[in-house]
Amino acid sequence: MDGLIGASAEALRLLFTGDREIWEIVAISFSVSFRAIFYIVPLAILSAFALAYGNFPGRRVLITIVNALVALPAVVVGLLLYMLLSSSGPFGGWRLLFTQGAMIIGQMILAFPLLVAMIHVSLQGVDLSAWQTARTLGASIFRAMFTIMREVRFGLIAAIVAGFGRVVSEVGCSIMVGGNILHHTRNIPTAIALETSKGEFEQGIALGAVLITLALALNFAVATVRGRDMARH
Amino acid sequence: MASANHAADGILRLATTTSTENSGLLAKLVPQFSDSRDIPVHVIAVGTGRALNHARNGDVDVVLVHAKNAELDLVNSGYGIERYEVMYNEFVIAGPETDPAEISGLSNLGTAFEKIANSGALFVSRGDDSGTHKKERQIWGEVDIEPNGDWYKEVGLGMGRSLQIADELRAYILTDKGTWLALKRKLSLPVHVQGASDGRNDYGIIAVNPEKHSHVNIEAAEQFIDWIQSDEAKAVISGHKVEGEQLFYVIE
Repeated sequence: MDGLIGASAEALRLLFTGDREIWEIVAISFSVSFRAIFYIVPLAILSAFALAYGNFPGRRVLITIVNALVALPAVVVGLLLYMLLSSSGPFGGWRLLFTQGAMIIGQMILAFPLLVAMIHVSLQGVDLSAWQTARTLGASIFRAMFTIMREVRFGLIAAIVAGFGRVVSEVGCSIMVGGNILHHTRNIPTAIALETSKGEFEQGIALGAVLITLALALNFAVATVRGRDMARH
Repeated sequence: MASANHAADGILRLATTTSTENSGLLAKLVPQFSDSRDIPVHVIAVGTGRALNHARNGDVDVVLVHAKNAELDLVNSGYGIERYEVMYNEFVIAGPETDPAEISGLSNLGTAFEKIANSGALFVSRGDDSGTHKKERQIWGEVDIEPNGDWYKEVGLGMGRSLQIADELRAYILTDKGTWLALKRKLSLPVHVQGASDGRNDYGIIAVNPEKHSHVNIEAAEQFIDWIQSDEAKAVISGHKVEGEQLFYVIE
């Protein structure tokens, strides 16, 4: 117990004395995961719309596959991506291995099924006739999509927050394709793994605390916006 | 694709073992090199097995690892250019304070392994194809014991985590001296066998062959290899201390 209390106290000291290395790691974590989510969200929305309102063979099978892929272990994505991006792999010429670019691609792949599955569920909550009415009134597909997206905005935000939570906390893929390089690809989860292996539990706890605090802040912010919006209606 | 000239970003990618990284040695060595030559160095610290794999795949430019036979394989297969000796440290056996296998003071790792196997005490193995794991397998082979059973725990983790597990389980473990020193205050797992005749742990450095992977940043790799054998680097290596003890010894 002594160890835990001591480590937590030291963790707080590190954070509030502005330990530069810790805050740099935090910044890398958020910048990588933010970009991954930013790039993948449009494709996820389009896919979810296609699954919800599209009419094509194999749609149900695709929905099942997407739902199953939500459980894809990060380390498996990391391994596949490593083999693709390795100099000996098919995309070795891109020279992306051990860069933030590789981490972003990995996180995009990881976030995609979760985003699609969650957005798809919210779309199912919308009356199908809303879509059909918009279309018969002559709205373009994109116009109709925006109308529906307004309708399900909280589902969208919840999906994005959940997707961000999934990728900002994953370690398996980032450590595999990023290489945990100090100042470049060392993010919060890979740093925690490293510090733990060195027995530096204070640093590990400090970084874990940052992750939890920011996740809490994000969720409170969403809940607040939502509460205000509900009160207005 | 591989023909694209890609020392392009100018970065030197160094794959090395967790022992050199975790001991803090690289944090001293690398900035001296990269600041004076203006060559950014990206350090990827993994087990020796994986580091050599990265070299074979052309994902790094140079490797600094400790498993001589596997390193020579890399050179003989043409993926590495040449192996240069850099430094050595020591493998030791740490274990529970009570020393149930009575190995304390032995001067040979093999003899200690036999006593541990016969005592029924627990033994934690890295199980991750790292340099330390390769060394451990080699010692078991030399004393003709195939370790298995409940007493033999393959944890599949890095040195630091494995030491922590050995500590929790009150088990014996083969470890490099450096990682043990770095962690010793957090463990109650004293060293029982050190200075052993078969305990030397050699580190070699090898540049990846640009004939196999044309994008390799060979100029930077060769500069680094030259530099790490220079007097300036040797002084850093010899002067590096953890808990007041010198960790690595330069090979002249």
